Amino acid sequence: MTVSLVVVSHSAKLAEGVVELVGQMAGGKVAMAAAGGAGDGSLGTSVDLIMAALRRVTTPEGTLVLLDLGSAVMATEIAVEQFMQSTNHRVLISPAPLVEGAVIAAVESSIGSSLAEVADAALHALTLPKLQSQDR
Amino acid sequence: MPITIEDTLQWLRQLAQACQENRDYLTQLDSTIGDADHGINMDRGFKVVVEKVHAQTESDIGSLLKLVGTTLVSTVGGASGPLYGTAFLRAGVALSGKRELDESDYLALLEAAVEGIQARGKARQGEKTMLDALVPALAAAKAAQAAQLNLAQIARRASEAAEEGMKATIPLVATKGRASYLGERSAGHQDPGATSSWLILKSLAEVCARSSNT
Repeated sequence: MTVSLVVVSHSAKLAEGVVELVGQMAGGKVAMAAAGGAGDGSLGTSVDLIMAALRRVTTPEGTLVLLDLGSAVMATEIAVEQFMQSTNHRVLISPAPLVEGAVIAAVESSIGSSLAEVADAALHALTLPKLQSQDR
Repeated sequence: MPITIEDTLQWLRQLAQACQENRDYLTQLDSTIGDADHGINMDRGFKVVVEKVHAQTESDIGSLLKLVGTTLVSTVGGASGPLYGTAFLRAGVALSGKRELDESDYLALLEAAVEGIQARGKARQGEKTMLDALVPALAAAKAAQAAQLNLAQIARRASEAAEEGMKATIPLVATKGRASYLGERSAGHQDPGATSSWLILKSLAEVCARSSNT
């Protein structure tokens, strides 16, 4: 088993899109779940959806949560606190930017790295230069 | 006169009513600096709260407030869900088993709620948030209790301080939430979260005033 990923976004389409994109990079070796939208079709985040996603992909190797911004952080914190009451599987929340962080985390997980290593790798997305040929 | 479970239910009904009446106002405040959903979220959240608390017969005020907290957390998709949800949950824990609230219980409620919002949002006073209404309200309530005022007076002082704090958010530059992306341009607008915090304390003060007149 490998470290699993949960993708949290205000938009259901965005969360599903990140899972689709990242799924291809991970070659089917990493369990991933999307938790996007407020649950009623509107934009927002849902503690219940995030909990459900955590339950779907939970594994003894642990889960890394990648998220977009704003209230996604607070909703994820509440979901993780509640989830941890019923499991000893570990969950970490990554401060990495969503797309880059998820891609790097998935690749790292797919080679069998630990949760700490996957979380660490995702952090590199914060300083990853997007335009290699330019200084800025 | 202490606050009873019936008074607490009346507070929640009145608050839901205030959220409905101020739905467009809150959303309009939020559309200038936020994502234009605060009124919609508050209205939806407290509508469900009122339905839930009517369907369930909680035996004490602490359990009732915890139910409010879990309901807000699961029905409000914006930042106000986790923030007010945590506030009501913490207040419920602080008032666990209470069937009536006196002056010191009011303080315990407000203190737990404010600490909950601070912990969840990792914010402080002066950042153009709910806390700019709530922190002065808590200080005013403490001062009023120290001056041995009664429950209705303490709640009124807190509500008045929240209103002043809310108005004082107008010149502030936001450093939290979506408004912070606007930087300096967030100045000149009243914060919607501070406004809803005032509505919460205002409706509680109204219920306290009525309960002391009966």
